[in-house]
Amino acid sequence: MNRKKLIGNAFRIVVYALVIGFFIWALSNQYLSYIWSDSSTFLVLLRQHSELVLVSSILAILIAVPAGILITRPRFRKAEWLVTNIVNFGQTIPSLAVLALMISVLGIGFQTAVFALFIYSLLPIFRNTVAGLDTIDKNLIDAAKGMGMRPYQILFRIELPNSAYSILAGIRTAVVLNIGTAALAYVVGGGGLGVWIFTGIQLFDNGFLISGAIPVTLMAIGADYLLRKAEYVLVPKGSRQEART
Amino acid sequence: MITFNQVTKQYNGSSTAVKNVDFTVDQGKIVVLLGPSGCGKTTLLRMVNRLESITEGEIIIDNDNSKDLDAIELRRKIGYVIQSNGLFPNMTIEENVMIVPDLLGWSKKKKKERFNYLMKLIGLDAKDYGKRLPQELSGGQQQRIGVVRALAADPPVMLMDEPFGALDPIIREKIQDEFLAIQREVKKTILFVSHDIDEAIKMADKIMLLRDGEIMQYDTPSEMMMHPKNEFVSQFFGKDRAIKSLSLHTVKNLEEVIGLAQMDESIQDTKTINVHQDLRNTLSMLLNQEADQVIVTNDEGGKIGSITIDLVQKYLHFEIKGKMSVSQEG
Ligand SMILES: Nc1ncnc2c1ncn2[C@@H]1O[C@H](COP(=O)(O)OP(=O)(O)OP(=O)(O)O)[C@@H](O)[C@H]1O
Ligand SMILES: [Mg+2]
Repeated sequence: MNRKKLIGNAFRIVVYALVIGFFIWALSNQYLSYIWSDSSTFLVLLRQHSELVLVSSILAILIAVPAGILITRPRFRKAEWLVTNIVNFGQTIPSLAVLALMISVLGIGFQTAVFALFIYSLLPIFRNTVAGLDTIDKNLIDAAKGMGMRPYQILFRIELPNSAYSILAGIRTAVVLNIGTAALAYVVGGGGLGVWIFTGIQLFDNGFLISGAIPVTLMAIGADYLLRKAEYVLVPKGSRQEART
Repeated sequence: MITFNQVTKQYNGSSTAVKNVDFTVDQGKIVVLLGPSGCGKTTLLRMVNRLESITEGEIIIDNDNSKDLDAIELRRKIGYVIQSNGLFPNMTIEENVMIVPDLLGWSKKKKKERFNYLMKLIGLDAKDYGKRLPQELSGGQQQRIGVVRALAADPPVMLMDEPFGALDPIIREKIQDEFLAIQREVKKTILFVSHDIDEAIKMADKIMLLRDGEIMQYDTPSEMMMHPKNEFVSQFFGKDRAIKSLSLHTVKNLEEVIGLAQMDESIQDTKTINVHQDLRNTLSMLLNQEADQVIVTNDEGGKIGSITIDLVQKYLHFEIKGKMSVSQEG
């Protein structure tokens, strides 16, 4: 376990070093200058980007976690494969196809982008919620039942604490992916930092491109870091993955 | 007291797991359910706290038909121990042990007192162990916590499904002794599943031997070995059932029937054994230390005679084999 941890840490340090190196390179070439010279636009785009991510992620959590809980209840267990297949199938539809479909229904703008991001965040959260609940030792549930716990007590005292690690990992994956994917919101007129990134691509202007891309990267790294910290607070010590191995 | 009235269990679409079972577990006694794998022991047990439904018949617990009771309340009045201890990894030991009292809404103070009392029963420091997580305990300690957790709300009835099955033999024997000592104090009505004959003989006031969901014999351990009702029972206990049943007799029994031998003062360093020790342990002690005699002491430590392999053999021959049903010998 120690070795695994060591390799993991080394890997993370290398990635951080690359990002920082890139950051310094961009800075020394004045590629980030738009952030200062046009800071009012930057702040608008940053706020839009954050809103896209927050609204779509929160919606996805509010739908996918309860859905995962519901589908693992004995009453609905039989439908699990069906729902999982539908969600998996949804994931295989190309993002652009979803966007095109959304545009034809919702028109162009913020809602369309949020909706598409929401759809894409559902699967990792749903799948990890179901996996977390499914991998709980059946003997624990049996013991809880045998001691006279009611179903909701079993859910809140046993099942959720012991699957919190997996559920939060799903949320973290979804949010980090979401931050990157939200750059595509530009395509449907959803705003966000994608505006600068795509402008940069179209004008061959590294300044715009990098002034958009670097903040997105930093946001993703920051979100990853914060959500890992949240795991430490929210997951009971005895149910942490590391502790178990 | 638990009474089974013509209880039958049929799982959906499969053959009958329990057939017309009819028996009573007396107040304060341990009944061990014994039998080959798949004979229905776990099913029988789980019908008592309604983790499995009853297909036909009824189970009466202290004058109440289990069907008429609220399943949740019924379970809180029945201690339940399973082989894989079932401790919750997200809770401390104290939280684990106090689950049922917590469900019943006990006050903090009452819970604390109870926890301290229970930990004293199993000789673990309440302060230290209370704060630990299950994974910070050894397998044996976890299993003992599983047992006291079932005792936490002082239920009159306990269901134990191979509670010591996952432990190594030495620890298992220790915990069995410890549990019997606790049982002498708390006097619960216990249904205990085992597939270990020695464990059954040791723990049981009565053994129920099952095969394919049917009762083969329901008797005291010694009756079961001395007078097996059919071929299956005598085969189950094996050819050495006479020797096995030595563990139901003590040195005291032997003394009363054929008397002890004189002490041979010329032999040095002989071991001593308490007069209440069972004869099976005595025999293995005699065999292990290759001594001709072991000095027998009474509770005050006084030497009252000696015991030899010959004496045990004589006792085995006349008292045990002589009284066994002859037709089953073979
Ligand atoms: N949930 C179930 N659905 C269908 N059949 C079952 C179920 N549980 C048990 N059975 C069947 O009922 C019979 C009795 O099973 P049970 O678990 O009571 O046996 P057991 O005596 O406890 O065995 P073991 O010593 O292996 O634990 C077996 O044939 C088993 O296959
Ligand atoms: Mg079983």
